[in-house]
Amino acid sequence: MNGFFDIPSDLQHSYFGLVGLHLREALLPVLAGLLAALPIAQLCVRFRRLYAPVLGVTTVLYAIPSLAFFVVLIDYTGQSEITVMIPLAVYSLVVFVPAIVDGVRSVPQETLDAATAMGLGPVRRYLQVQLPIAAPAIIAGLRVATVSSISLVSVGMLIGNQGGLGNLLHDGMIYNQPRLVWLSVVGTAVLAVLADTVLVAVRLLLTPWMPRDTHGIRTAGADTQTTTRPEPTAVALEDAVR
Amino acid sequence: MNLLHFINAFFSDGAHWHGYDGIPTRLREHVQYSVLALAVAAAIALPLGLLTGHTGRGGNILASIATAARALPSFGLLVLMFVLLGFGLLPVMIPLVVLAVPPILVTTYEAVRSVDPSPVDAARGMGMAESRILLRVELPVALPLILSGLRSAAIQIVSTATIAAYVSLGGVGRYIVDGLYQRNYEKVVGGATLVAVMALATLAAFWAVARIAVSPGVRRSG
Repeated sequence: MNGFFDIPSDLQHSYFGLVGLHLREALLPVLAGLLAALPIAQLCVRFRRLYAPVLGVTTVLYAIPSLAFFVVLIDYTGQSEITVMIPLAVYSLVVFVPAIVDGVRSVPQETLDAATAMGLGPVRRYLQVQLPIAAPAIIAGLRVATVSSISLVSVGMLIGNQGGLGNLLHDGMIYNQPRLVWLSVVGTAVLAVLADTVLVAVRLLLTPWMPRDTHGIRTAGADTQTTTRPEPTAVALEDAVR
Repeated sequence: MNLLHFINAFFSDGAHWHGYDGIPTRLREHVQYSVLALAVAAAIALPLGLLTGHTGRGGNILASIATAARALPSFGLLVLMFVLLGFGLLPVMIPLVVLAVPPILVTTYEAVRSVDPSPVDAARGMGMAESRILLRVELPVALPLILSGLRSAAIQIVSTATIAAYVSLGGVGRYIVDGLYQRNYEKVVGGATLVAVMALATLAAFWAVARIAVSPGVRRSG
């Protein structure tokens, strides 16, 4: 028991086992959130009046602290992984809806008309024109959702060691081993940075027509639009830093 | 047993309403920590954000700071500070402030930078000093966005202060953490309700501040 990555056996996993657990608990909800957000966002684009109330509900949902969300779910889903994953999926959903709506709305009317004139039906127009043009905005949302999801999984430790790498925090406390806490914090941060980097690379691959500037401070809205007024997405995304 | 039953049981128990572990005490503690952390973070981030936004320099550095801060796990940071610095207010305040600075900083920078340049040029043409341009022209126009940055920071602080109960801080999170250890679900759910109410009260407070502080002209055009 002298290796740097050795961890106490009560965690039931090796360090890299915890990494896998952490990734699964963080990424599956983001995926679920994305899948749920696409139809909701499409509804908000189609029926404009729907967007304001949806934004209101999502802002309120987003304000609910994760721990409160987790413990309320214990009554229904027990102290399990799914209890951690449901709130994370909701938070991701909240990040995605405005990102996708703004992205899809930013598609110029002429482009849509051109697609229609070329004989594209609404479904193909959505899949082949609107979604690709909205891709930078969606990926900006994906980055925020993924990174904050990876960070939030750790809190799951409090509800019966369901926190992936966060479980190390408790052992670091009870065994008085700062090394374990470092392993958790640095490991989580590295995972988040890696995931973020992968997503930036995905964006570059998916949108070869975009400028290759990954350092711009402007997020989704500003990426796709050139209005002087900052887009709500930029603000909504900033909300995600929790 | 449903949730409302637990919530009702928690709040109707008279023992929860006074004393050291009473709801008023815990709420007051939570508000104190949150306000203190937000004040410190704002004192650091607002001047920096206004300045960098006004000059337009340093955007790339701010972007990397924001990304780095996003990657930091708040809970891990809390425990790390506790393990390194020991018991007390300081080890909790450091992560709260560290996590609250980036949203304020980035939003303020973004808000000031995206102010319509024509009134700024007009002010400059009228001979206003740069400091007055920043405070009298750019700040009022940028205020709605700046407030939204402060709001996200505040909400983040409120929710992280809840988790901080695990590393000995008082506040409403105590009920959740203690309730989990004591297998007292009534207490857990009562605490969660209080936390949610606090978060929503924060939202409402910022909404009210925006109503009062933002100039009607700016609100109309926004």
